[in-house]
Amino acid sequence: MGRREKPHETIGNMSNFSVGFRAEAHIRILDLKGELDAHTVSELEAALQKCREDKNHHIIVNGAHLQYISSAGLGVFMAYIEEMREAGGDIKIAGLQANVYNIFDLLGFPLLFDIVKAEEEAIRKFDADRKDKNDS
Amino acid sequence: MPESAHSLSIPSATQHLTKVRRFVEKHAHEARLGEEAIAHIKMAVDEACANIIEHAYDNARQKISVFVMVDSERFTVCIRDQGRSFHPESWSEPNLFKIAESRRGGGLGVQIMRSLMDQVEYTTQGNMNEVRLTKFRSGRPGRNGGKTA
Repeated sequence: MGRREKPHETIGNMSNFSVGFRAEAHIRILDLKGELDAHTVSELEAALQKCREDKNHHIIVNGAHLQYISSAGLGVFMAYIEEMREAGGDIKIAGLQANVYNIFDLLGFPLLFDIVKAEEEAIRKFDADRKDKNDS
Repeated sequence: MPESAHSLSIPSATQHLTKVRRFVEKHAHEARLGEEAIAHIKMAVDEACANIIEHAYDNARQKISVFVMVDSERFTVCIRDQGRSFHPESWSEPNLFKIAESRRGGGLGVQIMRSLMDQVEYTTQGNMNEVRLTKFRSGRPGRNGGKTA
């Protein structure tokens, strides 16, 4: 048995964007797929809102299948990051395709967000953070 | 004189943004622009239209007109609306950390347009606003000589 819980509950299949939920121990992983713009952004907001309601503050956004993001999508991450960190968690962004990463980079997002190449790296970082907290 | 010109009219609603992106992408491909330039134009146009929907029209259902003009030197997209005008002189570059502290998203659209295009020009004549987004074919340095005029 792995640590992985039930694979996919999905919000938003009416458009060319969807958010899938997975859990990895105490971490909630959001799998973004498709094109995230001012129209589809409400689905990402709903997903983060659900994390907030469930008190999941350790979030990995897996962007391996995210084909496009506009400022509306970027803005949602900005709206939630402080709250997640204040609650002891974080939003880590993983697996972005090069064209999408370039937009994050252009706007200086790597200064504000922990952006890593692979989901596994984000999980390791969360695990390390947790260990540090337990040790201190 | 443009070598080619194309137009598209959409209702001012976010559900039509995909259509606008496809429209400019198609004509940018036909104009044989590089993939990076195409991605930049597509995003800048998306941001311009999203700003019109939210700020010029306050999400009321109106019309947005998009014109693509291609010539040997440049690929230009003009986007017109009849809503509230945008005043670029009142715009200042957003600070990501302040936006995050305020727990509001938003405010990045104009910066994205300026960063991705070589020129961003705003004009208003009568009740018609136009934002003109230009990408030079030569890839002339320009990370937006980014003039917002």
